[in-house]
Parts: sequence; structure tokens; C-alpha cells
Amino acid sequence: MTRFGSLEDRPATLLLTGLRIIDTAAGVDRLGDLAIVDGHLADPAEAPPETERIDAIGLVAAPGLCDLHVHLREPGMERAETIDSGARAAAHGGFTTVCAMPNTDPPLDEPARVAMVLSRARGAACRVRVIAAATRGREGERITEIGELAGMGIVGVSDDGAAIASARVARGLLAYLAPLGLPLMEHAEDPTLSAGSVMRSGPIATRLGLPGWPTSAELSIVERDIALAEETGGWVHITHLSTAAALDAIRRAKERGIRVTCEVTPHHLALTDAWVAGDRDYAWAEPRGVAADPFGAPLDAALAYDSACRVNPPLPSRADALLLLAGVADGSVDAIATDHAPHSRERKSVEFGAAAPGMIGLETALSLGLAAVEVGRLTLAGLIEGLATRPARLIGETRTLESGAVADLVVFDPAARWRVEAGNLASGSSNTPLLGMELPGVVRLTVAAGRITYRDGLDAIG
Amino acid sequence: MLHVTGSTGSRHRPSAGGVVVSRPDAEAPAADPQSSAWPHRHLLDVDQLSRPQMERCLDLAVEMRERRMRRESLDLLRGEVVGLAFCEPSTRTRVSFELAAEALGAQVVELPIDVSSVTKGESLVDTLRTLERTGVTTIILRHGMSGACYLAARNVAVRIVNAGDGAHAHPTQALLDALTLRDALGTLDGKKIAIVGDIAHSRVARSNLHALTALGASVWLAGPPAWVRGFNGWPGVSVADRLEDALTDADAVMTLRIQLEREAGGGVPSLREYTARWGLNTARLAGTRHGAPVLHPGPTNEGIEITADLAASERSLIGAQVVNGVAMRMAVLSLLAP
Repeated sequence: MTRFGSLEDRPATLLLTGLRIIDTAAGVDRLGDLAIVDGHLADPAEAPPETERIDAIGLVAAPGLCDLHVHLREPGMERAETIDSGARAAAHGGFTTVCAMPNTDPPLDEPARVAMVLSRARGAACRVRVIAAATRGREGERITEIGELAGMGIVGVSDDGAAIASARVARGLLAYLAPLGLPLMEHAEDPTLSAGSVMRSGPIATRLGLPGWPTSAELSIVERDIALAEETGGWVHITHLSTAAALDAIRRAKERGIRVTCEVTPHHLALTDAWVAGDRDYAWAEPRGVAADPFGAPLDAALAYDSACRVNPPLPSRADALLLLAGVADGSVDAIATDHAPHSRERKSVEFGAAAPGMIGLETALSLGLAAVEVGRLTLAGLIEGLATRPARLIGETRTLESGAVADLVVFDPAARWRVEAGNLASGSSNTPLLGMELPGVVRLTVAAGRITYRDGLDAIG
Repeated sequence: MLHVTGSTGSRHRPSAGGVVVSRPDAEAPAADPQSSAWPHRHLLDVDQLSRPQMERCLDLAVEMRERRMRRESLDLLRGEVVGLAFCEPSTRTRVSFELAAEALGAQVVELPIDVSSVTKGESLVDTLRTLERTGVTTIILRHGMSGACYLAARNVAVRIVNAGDGAHAHPTQALLDALTLRDALGTLDGKKIAIVGDIAHSRVARSNLHALTALGASVWLAGPPAWVRGFNGWPGVSVADRLEDALTDADAVMTLRIQLEREAGGGVPSLREYTARWGLNTARLAGTRHGAPVLHPGPTNEGIEITADLAASERSLIGAQVVNGVAMRMAVLSLLAP
């Protein structure tokens, strides 16, 4: 039985027995029981006798996942997603917090609009935090009333969808944000270098006759922002980082003590530009098809130019994807964030170059991460760090599975597999090239702020 | 809500997912390529063709050319309705397909696609589905965006012939160019073919790279750096730093139409400078093999990428390309016919 709950439900009471408990913040990875009593983690021995007991052997419990980057499309694009459906997608994917980007219609560039989103999210299936627009109308000129917005609990500001094109405005933002302790969440793309481009520059773009996004389009903004962060003492967070060159620049800046953090999406870790040509192998698989022979391998007519693979920044080269994954493993990538970008069918069932960029990610992020764990590219603890602990810390949330804490966790079966199909997704959209593929990792239970927000196929004992 | 396909003990499974898709172009088992049933439903690019299949296209085009010269009536496409869907302006290719389809006895309809309606509002898929319902059996699709023919092939049941998609492919042009070169040189095996101009934005060039290298030629590219960049790794293809390197000992030279608006994109400072550095003229061809022929997919900008006297000279195969165009499209349409 599957059901979604909400943050306004009664606090949960539940006893899970025999599961693997991974609490990366506390350095815990053990087999044991987990008790939730009135929404709080408790000593299993002290759970009331009437507590529902669930045999959880083979399952993993981890801190609730935290997504720094989602598009909930409300207000303005509710046909693609709403706060409600996006939050259910989050709960289905094991997330207990999502941070909503402000490029809605109208954009979240003033306190009343932010208040409206926060109010609509009260009964949602996960915590919804808001990232406010950095500039009014997302036009890149006048900065928003960040002081008042900060008082409302925003986690940062961003003109995501576009970079802050003016270096002067970016510098002003970082200076204004510095004493507030909030990041400028930068979409690092120099529009003069990426103009007209629809996929990663490289041999496959050359083969396909699609204009290619050069690495420099991301790197130039990242290096500019690092210089500005150093000068102002502000915090720049690079969203959806997609190139190894820019990650190297961030590593060097961190070593010099500059306040710069970054996130990478699951699709920039697991998928590659060869997917645009119809390949469907993960980045870490032995190259074959177009990945092995970019100019000569025949295109798979059933999958070539699939607009589900159109995303900004574009899917990376295989080499970059593997280096970004290594960055997650070594901690230089601060967070895995989905950039969950729902689009209605009409905006995707068009020519590749005309399709709206973006793919959904909330319900497949954990699974793609587990696919990397299966081949040894990440440890399970490393994956949980990237999906839960580190991103939560960046926005001031804590994640712990210690007794006494408010229960905020995900329980999943890492060995079970599921087929990605439109009918299996809670999101209002199904724009992902993973449709039809079988992925590892099935979420069984999500508990956010002590409430069960998602539960599937967990049977009580007796 | 979830359909779980079951826990497995295996932690290491093949990474490729079990993608379930309908294959628009499923291959039949290999057989004698010259007589067996044609295995392809669509012609999207020449990269889907094996060398024997390409040679079969060339041989059949020769036959079609001869039968057309004898004014034989050919009924191979009787009962078929060929729709010309040109979402981009074209005269030469459209007329060539029209003549080819009519010569084979097909009914030809010009599909009234307003170039602007495809980009605004009505989607390509909606438009083609409407046409499908009207009884069209083959759509000849010209479209400004790379990959549009793959979108079409996935969404309608009729046969699709790619008549040019963005910068990606123009398969019938490459096949007719290969035929024209084979007629002139006897074979493409071991030949050096130079292609000069805006390779990056050229669907003609890309399809020719596939076809000419598959048929045994080596191809040299020359042009402004921004227009030849990225092709270095293509097997059988060399990118020349200097035009002379591409032309030296070339067995044939192909130049491409310069899109006059492209100079604004930074590829070349001016058309004048393009002509001065890469324009073809008789003197510049001195280093090629004696009498090496010159090709151009047309329409030419005479005086820019090629001089008028070279385009009109004995060495020019531009006229033969037009004749072969109709024959090659007859060959392709008859191979795809049920």
C-alpha cells in the first residue's frame, strides 16, 4: 500500500527492526532497530508496546534527503508541477526538504510572493524552503529586498535560469549578502558564449550538427564569481556545476579560504552527452556505441535527439561526468542537487533544439546515486553525505538519527529495482530520459519533521 | 504506486537499462544486398547504410538515369502518395524529389507547411500526424533543426525521407555526390577529396563525410577555423591548416554554399576575405591532380566560394550533380517503397 502524508499529519510512532542505519554526521553505520515515538527518534527498548512493528531487514535508514535546487513551477506553470505534486515527488524520492527556485511566473522577487509559496507549502509532503530572486523581475539589474526576505527564512538568492550577467551587480549582491550569511546561488553560464547552443560542445555535438556549449561558458562565470567572493567576503554557491574545469577552479578557491560551494545534479554525474545521440549507458560504463565511436557508430533512430536529454547546462562529456563524480566522493562537491525541472508534454514533444531545457530528478536522484554505489564509484555513506547531510548543513538544517532528535529520515531498499514510467511518478511531469529504464533503490518510507510523508509496501508484523 | 520488478541479490548488473522503445527502423537479417528486400523503413542519414547498401543506391541510380533518358514509364510507386514537407525554403531539392516521385508514378502533393507555423504554435508532430491521416505514404521532410526527421520518424507511421535537417544531414545529396564522383573517378577507393567552406553548419558536408569515407575515400577539410573545428577525430577525415594542404593532389574538390548571413557570427571577417583565402578559382586548383573535377551542391554564390568561369568550366560537375539528383531520389524512393 502506498500513501503520501503531509507535514500537518499527526507525528508518527513506529518501530523498524533489523535495518542498516547510516548516520553520516555521527559516523554511524550499524545494523539495528529504529524507533519513532510521537515524531521523535527514541530508544527502541522504550517504544510503547502497542507501537506498530515493521520488519525492515535488508532496508537502509538514512537522514532525510535535502535538495538545494528544484523548480516547483507554482505560481504560473501549474500544468507542469505544483507545490503539492512536487513535494509528493520529493517524498517519493526520499527528500524531506526541497529548496524552490524563484523563476516562476511571476518570479519570487518580493516578500508577498515568497510568503504565498511558504503558505501554500504548509500542508505539503516535504519542507519547502524558498530561494528568492536575486534581482527584480530576474532582469539582472536592481537587487531584491534581501534583508526582509532573509527575515522570512529564504535560504539564498538566485536568478537561476540565467547568470547575473553584470559583474557589477554580482559584486553588489555578494557584498550585500555577506553579513546575512546567505549565498548567491549562481547559474554559471556566460550567455554570450552559450548563445544558441543546445548541447555540450565536443565530437558528439559535431556529429549531430547541434551547436555546442563550450566549457568556457561555465568556467568564465565561476572564475569571475570566485574573484568577487574573495573581494567582498560574500558566499557564492555554484548551482548545477557541469564541468571538471570549473570544479578545479572551485577546489583551488576553497584551498585559499574563499567562501565558494557547489552542487552537481545526478544527471551530470550519471548521464553523458552521448545520451543525446541515443546512448543509454551510464558515464561509468565501458564506452560503446556513440560514446566509443562518436563519428562512426550508427545513431539509434528510436532515441537520437530525444528532447528529454535537452537540459541546461547540457549533459557533460564522459570524462567530465567521471571527474564530477570523483568530486562528490572526495567532498569537493558540496551537494548533489536535482535541478528538478518539470515541463509539460507540449514543451518537450518538439525538435531537440526547440524543446524547453530541463529534466525531472526528485524521484530518480537516489536511484542514480545507488547505481554509482553499485559499481563502486561512491560509497553508500558518501552518497548520503552528498544527498542529505552536506546540503542540509549548507541551509542550516541538521540531519541526525540520534535518539531524542525529531525524526527526519528515509528508509529504502537498495537492492530492489523499479522501472521508471510516467505512471510511477508523483511529479506532474515525466520529462526524463530514464523512462523505461530499470533503476536500483526503492524508497519505502520517508519521515519529515516527525511525520510520515511517504510509505510504500511496509507491512506491520503480526 | 510503484511497480517494483523485484529484489535481486546481484549487486552488479549491466549498467544499460532495459529500455523499451519501438524501433522505427528495425534491421532485417543480412542477405545479398543487391537483391534482398531493403531493410530500412526511412532514410534519415547515410550513416544507417552499410557500404553495400550505399553501392546499391548508386547502382540503382545509374539504372534509373538510363531508363529516364530512354523515357521509359516506371510505375514502381503507383498508388503511393509522396508528400513534400519543406519547412525551409528550397527549390532545387524540392523540384528534384518532385520529378523523381512523378517519374515513378507516385501522386505528389506539396504539403502546405507554413514555415512559421511549425515554429509557432502547431508542432511538427501535429502537422505530420494530420498529413498522415490524409493518406500520404511517404513524407519528404526538409527542416531547419538538426534531428527533426528522427522526431518525425518516431511519431508517424509513414516513411520519412530526410531532405535536409538543420546542420545535421542531407543523405540524398551525399549519395548523389558520391555517384557523381564515382562516375568521374571510376571509384572512390583511395581517392583524396577536398571539401572547402563552412563545414560546421553544413548538413551536406556531414552526410558526405559519412558516405565518402565509407566508400573508401579520404576527405580533407579546409575553411575558416571556426567552420572546420571539431572534425579532427573523424576517421578518414583530415582538417587542413592551409587550403593548399587540402588541395594538393586532391582527386576532386567540393565547395559549399556560404550562407551570406554567417559572417556576422564571427566565422570570417568579411565575404571578401573569405573569397581571398578560400574561394575556388582555376589558379588555386593548380596543385590538384590534373583536371580534378569540382563539385558544388548549389545554388552557388558565384564570385564568392567559386568563380563563375570555374563553375562553368569543363571541370565543373555541377550540372551532373543536378541530373544525378533526380536519379538518386528515384533510386531511394523505389528502395523504400513497399
